[in-house]
Amino acid sequence: MNRRPVFLISCLAFGFAFLYVPIISMIVFSFNKSRLATVWGGFSTDWYWRLLDNEQIIEAAILSLQIAFVSASVATIIGTLAGIALARFKRFRGRTLFSGMVTAPLIMPEVITGISMLMMFIVMAEWIGWPSERGFTTITIAHITFSLTYVATIVQSRLSDADLAIEEAALDLGSRPWQVLWDVTLPVISPAIVTGWLLAFTISLDDVVITSFTTGPGSTTLPILIWSKVKLGVTPDINALATIIVLVVGVVVVTASLILNRFERQRELDTQRALQNGG
Amino acid sequence: MTRPAPSTSRMRTWFDLSGWRDLLIAIPYGWLLAFFLLPFAIVIAMSFAVTVVDSPPFAFLEEWPYLRLDNYARLFGEDLFVRAFLVSMLNALITTLICLVIGFPMALCLTRVSRSWRNVLLMLVILPFWTSFLLRVYAWIGLMGTNSWFNKGLTTLVNAFLPAEMALRSIQMTNTNFAVILVMVYTYLPFMVLPLYANLERLDRTLDEAALDLGSKPWQVFRDITLPLSVPGIIAGGLLVFIPASGELIIPSLVGNAADPMIGRVISDQFASARDWPMASAVAVALLFILVFPMIAYNHFEARAAQRERGEP
Repeated sequence: MNRRPVFLISCLAFGFAFLYVPIISMIVFSFNKSRLATVWGGFSTDWYWRLLDNEQIIEAAILSLQIAFVSASVATIIGTLAGIALARFKRFRGRTLFSGMVTAPLIMPEVITGISMLMMFIVMAEWIGWPSERGFTTITIAHITFSLTYVATIVQSRLSDADLAIEEAALDLGSRPWQVLWDVTLPVISPAIVTGWLLAFTISLDDVVITSFTTGPGSTTLPILIWSKVKLGVTPDINALATIIVLVVGVVVVTASLILNRFERQRELDTQRALQNGG
Repeated sequence: MTRPAPSTSRMRTWFDLSGWRDLLIAIPYGWLLAFFLLPFAIVIAMSFAVTVVDSPPFAFLEEWPYLRLDNYARLFGEDLFVRAFLVSMLNALITTLICLVIGFPMALCLTRVSRSWRNVLLMLVILPFWTSFLLRVYAWIGLMGTNSWFNKGLTTLVNAFLPAEMALRSIQMTNTNFAVILVMVYTYLPFMVLPLYANLERLDRTLDEAALDLGSKPWQVFRDITLPLSVPGIIAGGLLVFIPASGELIIPSLVGNAADPMIGRVISDQFASARDWPMASAVAVALLFILVFPMIAYNHFEARAAQRERGEP
């Protein structure tokens, strides 16, 4: 069967055009001279320079990065524990509820998660006086909660692929269970942990809905700021901001995945070599 | 301190035996109970509460029957809510079907290209998922505006088929239901392509070749072999698109028709503008109730797929 699947390839091309034309158009128009965001008026990089002077945007970006860093780091720790628990402990009390709680936020409509988080914070403030105000802490807690489930899922699937025999061997050779976890299990899942952290970071950086429910006065993250601007219409400075965000995220993600790929291939080669030498 | 006190050493033994395991489970378990399950319990309780003019604007019933069902009665009685649910489900369903029609050939083609190309193309499918959701919606707002090159091009194209006296100056795209579906298809397409690809990639290609050798036409092979075998992928991808699409808030808020809102927007409006928190909670509970079944179905299919991958029956 050497016929080229012309139909399939044109479908693929159409799909990619559909996915990328809007983004490319946005990037092109960020260099537009005209105030009208969608009518071409000549080349200019003005909008980029103006962004640098916009303190509101810079402040929001810094807050977003801080929240993303803290929430991704905590979510990675808790999510990794959850993933290990699900992959390695087949039986413990309340496992069904646990695995349900780990997978549910993945597909739950964000508006439900957001509103329930907000109501909890409000009711808690009434009953026990905490949190006294909404802002950095409440946004971060909300972000941790929904991004830890992504980390847990990635770690869990990595672990179910991994070989149990090494861990068992370490146990037989007299390691304590927690030593096995630290010396054997964690290194095996380290690529999954890195991927999970990156995913948690970008999800937090990107989130609008849940943040809009859990934020308070004075805590405007970048997506919330963009949202309030976009509601008023399309402007060239958002095009410029969007271009920067898309390019930065794109470069980071592509680089990270290339490095992880190479790391993974190296590990596979090493394992093969070790097996050949041993046998 | 030369020797650990007896209690410390007992602690250490306990930790070596089972403590580390309990601790490992307890940390994520406790977090999820406190910040995932508890909030839901509160929303459910709130949906039975009374709206009052106060801050915060609700009160739980203090006496029998404790549960006030008025909010749920309004769900079925008021046009706004019934319509919103119907519009949401319909929009989500159409979005899912269009994603399937566009995504299936894409996924199939991805399994047929060479290995090196495949990695690059897969990366290109995933990449938009990593870049900002809000900005992808924003990009379409620009494209759909009446002055944009895209709208002008589309208008010219449509005018080519219309008699000259009916020619359009531009197409009204923003603030319509069409825009909501278009942008939802755009943002959720990767969710359809990836599970489909994962499914199609595992299919045994020798079956195709056998059928071709026995005289089947390519489209017959597709209909009789590829399509039936890809049903698990279609279901996984479909649910992954349908569930978030039905509760979508940002897309209808930005490009949708405000007179005909989707359910996510109704929840948010009830909460923020109407300040009727119990009603907002009731709508959220109802949406969750509708979506619980597809969610369970999704979990079920995922668990089965994971089992198959490990080679268990």
